[in-house]
Amino acid sequence: MATTFNDIQMTEFKRLVARYPEGKQKSALLPALHLAQDSFGGWLSTETMDYIASLLTIEPIEVYEVATFYSMYNLKPVGKFVFEVCQTGPCMVSGSDNIIDYIKKTLDIKPGETTKDGMFTLKLVECLGACGYAPMMQVGKIYKEHLTKEKVDGIIAEYKAQAANN
Amino acid sequence: MGVKLLLDKANVPGIRTYEVYRREGGYRSVEKALKEMTTDAIVEEVKKSGLRGRGGAGFPTGMKWSFIAKPEGVPRHLVCNADESEPGTFKDRYLMEFLPHLLIEGLIVSSFALGSNDTYIYIRGEYAWITDILEQAIDEAKANGWLGKNILGTGFDCNIHVQRGAGAYICGEETALIESLEGNRGNPRIKPPFPAIQGVWMRPTVVNNVETLAAVVPIINMGGEEYAKIGVGKSTGTKLISACGNINKPGVYEIDMTITVEEFIYSDEYCGGIKDGKKLKACIPGGSSVPILPANLLLTTAKGEPRYMNYESLSDGGFATGSMLGSGGFIVLDEDQCIVKNTYTLARFYRHESCGQCSPCREGTGWMEKILQKIETGKGEMSDIDLLWDIQRKIEGNTICPLGDAAAWPVAAAIRHFRDEFEWHVNNPELSQTSNFGLQHYADPIHVPA
Repeated sequence: MATTFNDIQMTEFKRLVARYPEGKQKSALLPALHLAQDSFGGWLSTETMDYIASLLTIEPIEVYEVATFYSMYNLKPVGKFVFEVCQTGPCMVSGSDNIIDYIKKTLDIKPGETTKDGMFTLKLVECLGACGYAPMMQVGKIYKEHLTKEKVDGIIAEYKAQAANN
Repeated sequence: MGVKLLLDKANVPGIRTYEVYRREGGYRSVEKALKEMTTDAIVEEVKKSGLRGRGGAGFPTGMKWSFIAKPEGVPRHLVCNADESEPGTFKDRYLMEFLPHLLIEGLIVSSFALGSNDTYIYIRGEYAWITDILEQAIDEAKANGWLGKNILGTGFDCNIHVQRGAGAYICGEETALIESLEGNRGNPRIKPPFPAIQGVWMRPTVVNNVETLAAVVPIINMGGEEYAKIGVGKSTGTKLISACGNINKPGVYEIDMTITVEEFIYSDEYCGGIKDGKKLKACIPGGSSVPILPANLLLTTAKGEPRYMNYESLSDGGFATGSMLGSGGFIVLDEDQCIVKNTYTLARFYRHESCGQCSPCREGTGWMEKILQKIETGKGEMSDIDLLWDIQRKIEGNTICPLGDAAAWPVAAAIRHFRDEFEWHVNNPELSQTSNFGLQHYADPIHVPA
């Protein structure tokens, strides 16, 4: 996969950098890594991180230390759709354990794994701020809330259909 | 129905758009503040209002604003803390998602008061769709002359930028947030210097929570004194409470802080009672880091008086018999919930979120998680309970930032009030895997279980 931004991505990158004072371009690092992850297959390779370092004129280590600190950056390849299921207190008291077990069984993967067809990755995450709408998971930008087993079936079918149409 | 100052228009169709928001009286506070008031007068109104930081600490906002340094030629910044990550808390999300212009309006007035020409909203990375909503609201405000250069012809310039975090609870701590805004790991800074003197890019900075900044709008519109008449004592104005757990109506509620905890849980206007007709066992009233209370101490204080939903009443009795209003993340546990398991998931959360700078927190949160997991899975020993107590005590107060305290308090409170349940787990390793300890002595004293 290419590790240089295309024109549209570069325009967005420049918009991000312009939000900060002159000489403080490093401040754009977190948003730039989001952009890179979205642009280059859903994860950050060393090559990608080095590219971002060169764009922001900072040392590669400054990118690595940030990328490894924040849980939203994937440092290895993930499936086309990542199911990030919340397991913290409020979701737990609302039955997230059952949902996690059901997803594990249905997709036949353990947390951190990706299905053989490369379609789905299961990640267990800590509180996403949807406690009143628990149990829940995040898929890309979307929150899927009030989860039931039936709803999980529907979500899996929805993404399979979406992949088939692309 | 209590007074609503923030969410009163939340159900107006189309309120998310500029046109509807403006038609409903939006941006009046900007006109008033920028055209009729001096910056000092705005700070004074906020001081008079008694507004306290709505992120959890409850520090007086007007006083925080008055600390900002004003060295000649150095830009100042207002940063809105939208990194809402405390388990049980989802009020800021609601406010930003449904009333984005209310936040933008509050930010313009506050930016003017503090002299911030570039104001930043630091939003948790997972709220990606809300980032889009906010950026659209900012574009609309700018197109209508409320942002940009020479706002309302007053000579005041202001731009608002939204920066997404990337998954780190610690970035809700203001100095960690500033580090993150600068493109660094979210490691909290040692204070002093405080952000008001040296914050983002070493410039004077004020960091305020979303709800706090939104509350500036009604304060300017009605005046600080009128705002302070709502509520009781030092709990002035209204507070957003995000209610979750085993209740009939989870959601975000705006309360004036004169209602009792009992009314909040059982009235149909709010939580609507415990789900499935079950009994109340315990509650974490202010976000996961505040002490959990058994039903008897939640509904009434140790003196037997009704407990109210405000800063003073919820902390009545200190940590021995009280808790905190905190961020307003109200987590209700019914009779079927296991305190050991709940405490374990919270300990796991804090271990995951510790930034790792301070040894007591980095090591202690991991140890607490392991010991709690051991007890929860039926492998615990009686001495583990005392060991847990010892570890939490050695974390509290011994770290750069309050995450250490936030990790220690839930464990301490669980042992303090539910020690018998921990002991039961140790004594019944097999039974505890299939059944629950139940309610016991701390049953709800008002809605007496049969």
